[in-house]
Amino acid sequence: MPDSVILVERLVKRYGKTLAVNGVSFAVERGVTTALLGGNGAGKTTTLSILLGLLLPTSGMVNVFGEDVLRHRYRVLPRMNFSSPYVDLPHRLTVRQNLVIYARLYGVPRRDERIARLARDLQIEAMLERPAGRLSGGQKTRVALAKALLNEPELLLLDEPTASLDPDTGDWVRSYLEDYRARTGATILLASHNMAEVERLCSQVLMMKEGQIVDRGSPDELIDRYGRTNLEEVFLQIARGRRAELEPVS
Amino acid sequence: MTAPVLSHRAMRRAGESRFSPARVWAMLLRYLYILRSSWPRTLELLYWPTLQMLIWGFMSQFLRQNSSYVAQAFGVLLAAVMLWDLLFRSQLGLSISFLEEMWARNLAQLFVTPLRPYEWVLSLLAMSVIRVLLGVIPAASLAIPLYHYSIFDMGLPLVAFYVVLTAMGWALGLAICGGILRHGMGAESLAWTVIFALAPLSCVYYPVTTLPGWLQPVAWCLPSTYVFEGMRDVLFTGAFRTDYFLAAIGLDLVFLAVGTTIFFIAFRDARRRGALLQTGE
Repeated sequence: MPDSVILVERLVKRYGKTLAVNGVSFAVERGVTTALLGGNGAGKTTTLSILLGLLLPTSGMVNVFGEDVLRHRYRVLPRMNFSSPYVDLPHRLTVRQNLVIYARLYGVPRRDERIARLARDLQIEAMLERPAGRLSGGQKTRVALAKALLNEPELLLLDEPTASLDPDTGDWVRSYLEDYRARTGATILLASHNMAEVERLCSQVLMMKEGQIVDRGSPDELIDRYGRTNLEEVFLQIARGRRAELEPVS
Repeated sequence: MTAPVLSHRAMRRAGESRFSPARVWAMLLRYLYILRSSWPRTLELLYWPTLQMLIWGFMSQFLRQNSSYVAQAFGVLLAAVMLWDLLFRSQLGLSISFLEEMWARNLAQLFVTPLRPYEWVLSLLAMSVIRVLLGVIPAASLAIPLYHYSIFDMGLPLVAFYVVLTAMGWALGLAICGGILRHGMGAESLAWTVIFALAPLSCVYYPVTTLPGWLQPVAWCLPSTYVFEGMRDVLFTGAFRTDYFLAAIGLDLVFLAVGTTIFFIAFRDARRRGALLQTGE
């Protein structure tokens, strides 16, 4: 039996008449980087938010590290972390103050040492005393990553980790994530619609459309299955619904 | 693959513990950083209580020469002003710290950590106390050289009034924060306006008997009414009304229960609606 860090079954999230997530089931194995791939409104961020306990599902089962997140989220939150370009750190606090607060919230031991090490690794030492609101997009992403790695999470959830970054910074972030996973054996689940990023980082892809998982597999498997040359073409084919057998898969 | 440099077991223990003073302190530290980062905000804490005290202090001096009522107890208006400000600042101190998170769109970041909502609430309460003390103590101290009046001469009754008004401020603050969580930043102005609707009924500057008969029972449903009536008793007769104090504490408990319930229902509802992710300006 595979060692699943995340196990989701028949997950449904409904806002009034809108079905944001419609009966999604999937598992993510330990040490694997998995992508939730889909267009805007596919249900990626909603799924991540439910996994984090920020959002209550309408129905379904969500298990992380063998614990029911809906009932025991505080047992798993110390072991995971999250980063999104759409959720800022407080602007008026300095980078160091922000990191100190979050290190305390996670109960990180030897926090000064940990912050210094992350600052060195992520090349943010020079900006530690600057207000978080005065950083550029690329700097903010690195600081957000530092915050997400403070507790050295075993499970890292990332919402479009390189959105709006220039190619050089985006490449740097992807390299850092690859290195982090290789070094710690962490499990990474990322929501993205950056195909190059997904092809490079992920060994498993969950293709989402209109709140459902419509296909899944490794990037190579998906490319072969659709007879395409890259994941972007697969994505476009799925997004435009040209595959006759485009039905939710379990 | 390398072994984790951090003690995951220690962090898990910290996260799983039901209550963590360290997390409450972390949040309090955050609000203190915010306060320190902006001197206009710190100055604002002192500004309004001091301004109120100055206006009403000079007004009291004028009335003392023209009114036998005020001449009996010069401090009654000044004490009323300061105690009213204590109630208002107590509620506002809690609401402002809450709003800092809304303005910063920080709720999603906070609630993916092991921080419990009630730990957050405790830090908001602690910050309310700090903001009140920073604002009201300097104003009250300034009245001593200016008017030769010290509210601290009230002694232990002042502590009782402080406790009642602070608890009522917290209860109102929590209910208001619940309203803002439910209705978003469009309801932000509640933080500055709601409490003034209670001022006429709290009988801050006049006895309850001034109100129409049918309104008096409503006034007696507010803990603050007992404080201002009790304050006038202390200043006019020197007697502390224990019955008023106990009634006010009882009402405070009811108010706190209602305020806390509204807040936690709104918080759970925000999780259901996804508002923790989206809330902001």
